[in-house]
Amino acid sequence: MLEFDNVSMRYLEVGDVLRNVSFRLFKGEIAFLTGHSGAGKSTLFKLIAMIERGNRGKIMFNRKDLSQIRASQIPYIRREMGLIFQDYKLLNDRTVFDNVALPLVIMGYSSKEINGLVRAALSKVGLLGKERKLPLTLSGGEQQRVGIARAVVHKPLIILADEPTGNLDPELSAEIMHLFEQFQNVGVTVLIATHDISLISTLNHRVLRLDHGSLVAGGK
Amino acid sequence: MKQKNKHKPINNHNSVIEAKRNVKQTSKTGGTFADKMVAYRDQHAQALFSSLGRLIASRLNALLTVIVLSISISLACGFYLLIMNTKQLTVDLESSNQISLFLHDDVTLASANRLANGIKLDPSVQAVKVITKEQALKEFEDFSGFGDAVRALEKNPLPIVLQVIPKNSLEEGQNIETLVENFKQAAEVDFAQLDLHWVKRLQTMIEVSQCAMILMGILLSLAVLVITGNTIRLEFHTRRDEIIIAKLVGATNSFVQRPFLYSGFWIGFFSGINAWFIVTIMMLILKQSVEKLSMLYNSSFHLLFMGFFETLALIFVSSLLGIAGSWVVVQIQLQQLKG
Repeated sequence: MLEFDNVSMRYLEVGDVLRNVSFRLFKGEIAFLTGHSGAGKSTLFKLIAMIERGNRGKIMFNRKDLSQIRASQIPYIRREMGLIFQDYKLLNDRTVFDNVALPLVIMGYSSKEINGLVRAALSKVGLLGKERKLPLTLSGGEQQRVGIARAVVHKPLIILADEPTGNLDPELSAEIMHLFEQFQNVGVTVLIATHDISLISTLNHRVLRLDHGSLVAGGK
Repeated sequence: MKQKNKHKPINNHNSVIEAKRNVKQTSKTGGTFADKMVAYRDQHAQALFSSLGRLIASRLNALLTVIVLSISISLACGFYLLIMNTKQLTVDLESSNQISLFLHDDVTLASANRLANGIKLDPSVQAVKVITKEQALKEFEDFSGFGDAVRALEKNPLPIVLQVIPKNSLEEGQNIETLVENFKQAAEVDFAQLDLHWVKRLQTMIEVSQCAMILMGILLSLAVLVITGNTIRLEFHTRRDEIIIAKLVGATNSFVQRPFLYSGFWIGFFSGINAWFIVTIMMLILKQSVEKLSMLYNSSFHLLFMGFFETLALIFVSSLLGIAGSWVVVQIQLQQLKG
């Protein structure tokens, strides 16, 4: 599903951010990606989402070598992913419905299909009935769930969540983790970057630990 | 496909996921070409009208842009109309390569005819027409607008004129000049005038202005491009976050640029229409004065306005410029955005 083979990434200004990282995630697998600040979690995510490119080594996603993907093809790769961000990255001048519908609109679904899929995704995250609200009128937990609904509405192969519980209290965090486990149950691969140790320890999932750019635990 | 899309009331999470799967699968595999076209059309319609909505929402910004653009475009159109109207004046004269021989006042009609017959024998002359003093006076009264003044004179001051039309082959080069020089030698001839000269001069002047118009048109088009581009650049900046997010969830560049191209289209379109109104109103204001002037000259000059096809071309070109300006800027901005 997702395979890193000896991946290194170097920035001119800061030097090596990732060093010979190798791991493999299977379909329907859930894993935490952890490590101190600056350990390379964000860079690893950006490489998968093709926000950053130019790494050494090989990244295979869904049987495609990402280094072979032309820039014009990146959007189509991203449509197979669901990205979740710590700062939610919602469109604050659009309703919850429009936010969640965005990937589907981009992919050219008909409005009838969009309607059904968005309502399904919102009911999944427990926000049915809040379609017409604007994101800023919702609580932090609710906003994050809008972000999750947007990430899963188009049924991606993999969910990449960058510090999804960073701004949430433990109770909400557990709730969101529970959501991720449900997606895992239907065959979605989930990779969650977090430094929330207590959260990781309560859940029995695979942990990939980065230390100064090297994968020190949970590799192949 | 329709049946599969029907959602039953959903109670538990698993059935939601199943429902989602079904819909997703149909759209991936079973979506017919017609369905895709409908969705594509919807996307465009959405972009077309939401861009218009945003323009209206950013009222002042859009208004200022459209005003500046319509003034630029109406300048070009005004210049164009000026030239077209001037050109109209010279249309009748275009074929005029005739030589007018003004005879001395004391030359009689009989000797004028004799001279005319002599000239006719010249192999390079096609025809000679004698205009008597009376004919000349009448013509002058009809066309100059100074008839009353001439009638006030006791004696007809106009001479007999021989209008010589040279063979066409003489039109160019020095030959015609030589012919004029020959005519000047005749004792009866007071003054020989080659009409072609000043027609040529006028035509050359118009050609120069036309060239100037094209240059000005290019400059103004460039201005339209830049002004539209700048407005779009501002819009792009205010929507930067939205674009970044859209790209993160899989938007292609063409999806991102579409609303901006439509914004450019609307700006150009409205500017074109506005420019038409500006030019037409200016021409209506001028019309009275021009007609008064034309009446004073007893002339049947009619002011030309923007014609139907010219108006269409105007709106088409200004819309196209709007789209082009927007396209250029969006390409640059997208390049800078990368990611």
